[in-house]
Amino acid sequence: MTETAPIQSSAGRQTSSAEDGVIITFENVTKRFAGVTAVDNVNLQIREGEFFALLGPSGCGKTTLLRMLAGFETPTEGRILIDGKDIAALPPNKRPVNMVFQSYAVFPHMKVFDNVAYGLKMEGVDGGEIRRRVEEALELVKLDGYGQRMPDQLSGGQRQRVALARALVKRPRVLLLDEPLSALDAKLRDQMRSELTSLQEKVGITFIMVTHDQDEALAIASRCAVMNRGVLAQVATPADLYEFPNSRFVADFVGSVNMFEGVLDEDEPDHAVVRAPELAAPVYLDHGVTGARGSTVWVALRPEKIEMHKRNGGEPPKMEDAPAGTNVVPGTIRDIVYLGSETNFEIELEGGRRVKTFRSNLTRYDQEDFTWDEPVWLAWHACSPAVLLS
Amino acid sequence: MADEAPTAAATSPAPNRVKEKPGPLEYMRRWPLQLIVGLTLLFLYLPLITLMVFSFNTSRRNIVWQGFTTDWYVRAFNNESLLQAFINSLTIAFLCTIASVVLGALAAVMLWRFRFPGKTVVEGSLALPIVVPEICMGVAMLVFFARVMPWPTGLPWPLNLGAITIAHISFAFPFVATVVRARLASFNRELEEAAKDLGASEWRTFWDILVPHMQPGLIAGALLAFTLSLDDFVITFFTAGPDTITFPVKVYSMLRFSVTPEVNAASTILIVVTVILTAVGLNMQNQTPADKKA
Repeated sequence: MTETAPIQSSAGRQTSSAEDGVIITFENVTKRFAGVTAVDNVNLQIREGEFFALLGPSGCGKTTLLRMLAGFETPTEGRILIDGKDIAALPPNKRPVNMVFQSYAVFPHMKVFDNVAYGLKMEGVDGGEIRRRVEEALELVKLDGYGQRMPDQLSGGQRQRVALARALVKRPRVLLLDEPLSALDAKLRDQMRSELTSLQEKVGITFIMVTHDQDEALAIASRCAVMNRGVLAQVATPADLYEFPNSRFVADFVGSVNMFEGVLDEDEPDHAVVRAPELAAPVYLDHGVTGARGSTVWVALRPEKIEMHKRNGGEPPKMEDAPAGTNVVPGTIRDIVYLGSETNFEIELEGGRRVKTFRSNLTRYDQEDFTWDEPVWLAWHACSPAVLLS
Repeated sequence: MADEAPTAAATSPAPNRVKEKPGPLEYMRRWPLQLIVGLTLLFLYLPLITLMVFSFNTSRRNIVWQGFTTDWYVRAFNNESLLQAFINSLTIAFLCTIASVVLGALAAVMLWRFRFPGKTVVEGSLALPIVVPEICMGVAMLVFFARVMPWPTGLPWPLNLGAITIAHISFAFPFVATVVRARLASFNRELEEAAKDLGASEWRTFWDILVPHMQPGLIAGALLAFTLSLDDFVITFFTAGPDTITFPVKVYSMLRFSVTPEVNAASTILIVVTVILTAVGLNMQNQTPADKKA
């Protein structure tokens, strides 16, 4: 963490392990709809057994990418390979992938059993085998005994399980999930998150999920691709996305962040200093940045990585890993939002810029420590900020 | 407790409770709306009820009630040409329904599913038979079958009904198309994609997914086509030949001589047949589970 610059570290992780066990390859894939470029020159490899998330705001092209994989859209340019074979010529009903739709698309006029059996019937599997495999699939999604129900007798969560069973019973090479949790209520969503993960571990099939919810992607996926306007912004593990974003877009889209524009003042192999006009003190970093001195950079500081100390006329606190006078700025508390497990503060710096910081309520009296309009020091460690060049 | 009082009064049969005043939106419990509804029902059904009642009247005149009899029904059934007209009407309605449902459903799917040049023109021209005055349709049909495509005369039954059936189909199937089209608007395209994703071909998807979804629309359309065909007078009048009289045309010709309760009896039978068919159709429609979701 300390020896590499954040940009290099995430890029390094991407290429190092890409070759082994690749199941899906996007090669220079571009999709245009009537002049609008939905997906722009995407290159991506997904490995066997991964739980991969395509993350991005609405209209970023993530769903188009998924639909091209399922066969509902064809790429304008480029190739999509599954197990090394170009699948451009295959219609959706011949592809070794199955999809769980956003609306679940459970056939309303068929019993749960017939819904799950439908794919096998189309394959021409014989009756006894169908019954065995459907029972197995229903058991897998904890719907055993529901086979004779009609879909309108099921709850939203149960309908989603039917959609899951219906896709998994075909034993696809890849399972595609389009916003799988967006239609569920909050409690159920949390429960389905962990169930999806354990289901994926159990069946061992590669899952690809599309979502606009970064919490969901971080919680479930083993690897994520963040998309912005048809372009892959970053492909990394959830932790790398959050801690080592490669751009302002990723830093801002994944999680909450305080972003400061500044100028790179010092850049040595073992440390760097950024001067941001909005911060009273320079930002000291314990690693080098691959940027030219004097160039504009952005410092991204996560709210939970900012410490808050009382400032009643005393000396500013000294961060042990940064020289005196850096990484500490004065401010005043302007807003407090108590959330139970943590408290969110909004602090006004001297220049008027507001900064967010989160503080865990470790004891039952923590929320009484600070109050409105209280002067405070904000401080952070030299390894905490991410420096972004774009 | 106070909030529950009105509902309790409405549901519980407590006899000594004072009648609650109607709530702000309970217009049905105030006299103006009750009067309007009552009058509406009266004007709608009084003529029909009169017709039915007088079909059991012993008098030849439809004015004074004299006594109960079922003679007119016996007479109606013994009237060979009336019976033939009735059978003709049912046959035409049956053939017209089947053809209209198939054509209408296909037209609806085509308009819903595909984009093609001149689509709006096709859509508009499809609605034309619905809006064109019936008398014009009738004359047009007369000219068409007289000049352009004369239907051969002297064919054995039911082939001699061809011209009327074709005329009926041409004005009934746009109704079916409209109803089915409306039904298709609520179709979730993901269902279709899901079927294909699970390995179904285009053809299987159509039969397994789309047709079940259209079913309520198909039934409603079929009912429409059947009743439209059964009671059509104007267009039929222009296309019917001497040996192809339908029920409405026959009733009209009977009225020209005298209004006998025999006509009342025949009409009552027709009403009963239509009501039963409509009830069956609506029942079938309600039983489709696809309708509850959507």
